[in-house]
Amino acid sequence: MTFGFKDKKPSRRQFLTGTAAAAAGAVAAGSGRAAEPDPLITEVQDWAASLGEGVDATPYGLPIKFEDDVIRRNVEWLTADTISSINFTPIHALDGTITPAGCAFERHHSGAIELAKQDYRLMINGLVDTPLVFTYADLERFPREQHVYFCECAANTGMEWAGAQLNGAQFTHGMIHNMEYTGVPLRTLLEEAGLEAAGDLSDKWIYVEGADASSNGRSIPMEKALDDVLVAFKANGEALRKEHGYPVRLVVPGWEGNMWVKWLRRIEVMDGPVESREETSKYTDTLADGISRKWTWVMDAKSVVTSPSPQAPITHGPGPLVITGLAWSGRGAITGVDVSLDGGKTWTPARLAAPGTDKALTRFYLDHSWDGSEMLLQSRARDETGYVQPTKAQLREVRGENSIYHNNCIQTWWVRETGEAENVEVS
Amino acid sequence: MSKSPNSMLYVGTGVGVAAVLTLAANFADHFVQPIPDNPSIWVAPENSLFVAAANAQAEAAGGAKFGLGRAALPEEIAAWDLDVSPDGTGLPEGSGDVWTGDELFAEHCAVCHGDFAEGRDNWPKLAGGQGTLDRKDPLKTVGSYWPYLSTAWDYVHRSMPFGNAQSLSADETYAIVAYILYSNDLVDDDFVLSNENFLDVEMPNAEGFIVDDRETAEKHFWTDEPCMENCKESVEITMRAAVLDVTPEDETAEVEASAETEEQQEAAAVASGSQKGEIEEASVEATPAAATAAPDPELVAEGEKVFRKCKACHQVGEDAKNRTGPVLNNVVGAPAGHIDDFRYSKALEEAAEGGLVWTPEELHAFLADPRGYMKGTKMSFAGLKKEEDLDAVVAYLQSFSQ
Repeated sequence: MTFGFKDKKPSRRQFLTGTAAAAAGAVAAGSGRAAEPDPLITEVQDWAASLGEGVDATPYGLPIKFEDDVIRRNVEWLTADTISSINFTPIHALDGTITPAGCAFERHHSGAIELAKQDYRLMINGLVDTPLVFTYADLERFPREQHVYFCECAANTGMEWAGAQLNGAQFTHGMIHNMEYTGVPLRTLLEEAGLEAAGDLSDKWIYVEGADASSNGRSIPMEKALDDVLVAFKANGEALRKEHGYPVRLVVPGWEGNMWVKWLRRIEVMDGPVESREETSKYTDTLADGISRKWTWVMDAKSVVTSPSPQAPITHGPGPLVITGLAWSGRGAITGVDVSLDGGKTWTPARLAAPGTDKALTRFYLDHSWDGSEMLLQSRARDETGYVQPTKAQLREVRGENSIYHNNCIQTWWVRETGEAENVEVS
Repeated sequence: MSKSPNSMLYVGTGVGVAAVLTLAANFADHFVQPIPDNPSIWVAPENSLFVAAANAQAEAAGGAKFGLGRAALPEEIAAWDLDVSPDGTGLPEGSGDVWTGDELFAEHCAVCHGDFAEGRDNWPKLAGGQGTLDRKDPLKTVGSYWPYLSTAWDYVHRSMPFGNAQSLSADETYAIVAYILYSNDLVDDDFVLSNENFLDVEMPNAEGFIVDDRETAEKHFWTDEPCMENCKESVEITMRAAVLDVTPEDETAEVEASAETEEQQEAAAVASGSQKGEIEEASVEATPAAATAAPDPELVAEGEKVFRKCKACHQVGEDAKNRTGPVLNNVVGAPAGHIDDFRYSKALEEAAEGGLVWTPEELHAFLADPRGYMKGTKMSFAGLKKEEDLDAVVAYLQSFSQ
């Protein structure tokens, strides 16, 4: 970091706009020799002489103030108001795979409600042997599991169908987070209520519903409900945040985020789907001929370079450059990511930071020696089913341009000689 | 989970058919077990196939029921189980006509959805759009897109009006849905919708949906050997986001903010720590209006929280504009209806002519029970129940009033 001036906090904006000048000063570093001794080294700094904060200063901490630009952001023109709306995870500024809860995107239909544990009730009714009501304390007594899963809004990248629109990975791909969940398998709770009354399970459904004013509800086929769905109460080791459904949310691995019902209050075993608003008028995909796909639950394999990207330009000159990004698939584990520097003419396998795991984010790196010339940066994910992330042209060929959801196209960043990057579409 | 590369088995579960069938068979086996009267103490035999198929956790617990929770009472199920299915299951008895629906719609819905269900601002349009689904930017409304009428009834009854959900009776819901159908030219103005004729209504786009066919229609996306070199001859940039320029302004690298704004933000950040919400609060407190009116800062902060209930329709502050409701700058102490370019309800205009002034006391009374205080107001808000919330939100509005 070459921007740490004493007594003056560099703002993110200054940092970004000052890129070119700073880069000029820093280019020689590494191989060169400093013209003058660095006062940050030769002079005793305040923090090296005086005292910092005590252990009682911050009972629960937020990131240090220098990172106060790493925050969720929303796009005002997307929705009529902020209560039934969405914001975006600052993926351009994060690394690793686990999303800190404090900056993990939110999507509400009637706002984030405050529901205390002692007021929490979960009902299972419908085609079960004994309709049951659980308290929060009851849920804590069932055997638990832990899994890391991504949760992606079906509308992630939805603004990019008709062309390159939003200039930043946060806005194009930030409707996603990835957390370690602790919870009870839904199957355990359904079994507790008993499924004999449901008869043949192969054509049965469950309907899940939230406690907020939207009573957001979705129908889920029984085979998924009995497979890997979790009734979760902890994320990243702590209680769910209010905005993520405290005290209890549903986790539906690999499937669109709208089904991950927050403030989960009711599970009904049914002999057909409810066809609720969120699974008919919304979260359906209209094709070019006007026919719409429904029940498009699974999130296809997808990836994006998070840095460099429009909000995370290159701030140094030519030489070593870390190209990094995220990949995920709702169909299973990521098996590989390729990166292109020339808009898709040639591809190089990226290095996965760790082997891909089932329906979770995978971090990839390409350790590159940048020659300072323009790049058209792309990434392309593959999953264990053999699915390869398509180009936008391939998607449009099948689906037209009127879709909103499930845009998993290959993203292009145009990186300039200055290190700045822009969201573009290429032929 | 299945690692099978055969992705054609089932839409999107990632579970092979074999696994599903096994699961179903195991459950079938489970069903032949005699279920005792009190299932909460029933323990499955250790050697049952169910136990063998269960996950490790359940296996560790011996495949038992845990005896947790309690039986749900019929009244409890009735209170929460409100969903309505396409075949009409869940519909309560009742009826409502188009004209009653028109009045109810004006009172409860028009504030966002427009007098004729045509929508306001970015709020959903409920009428029109028929024949647009295969065009660019199709207009998807109840009439043009929704395949089932049950969806509309269920949503109106269970999730609307926005901010006052579950306040409409069954008859009111039938009437409002009848009006929405009328707005879409699907029924005549003498139509009465009831649980008895509900399934007779034909929805224009009922046949407009297919089940997810990605695994066949997009089969070519599964390619074991993706191209690695010489994948295309040339690459041209065909569209740039920066040219379109719709990204929120202060987030782009290209945008240069004025030094003044930068400094203000810095100051706010330093003054109140790094949490964004606090930065906003600090900015609010620093406005001259707040300094003049000098309401209790703690009460104002409380009021800002209460104001979230109003934000769906109202804006206040420096860049505030009229939305569904009028801008609320300088409302405290102002004569009613003081925003020139806002279309108020007739009721409010009459009150304004009568000399109503929004003193803190009048605002209190209005916000406690809007429709009781002013019959015919367009404000579809249930009202603030708590006295402290009323105090707080009035103090908050006062901080934006000279």
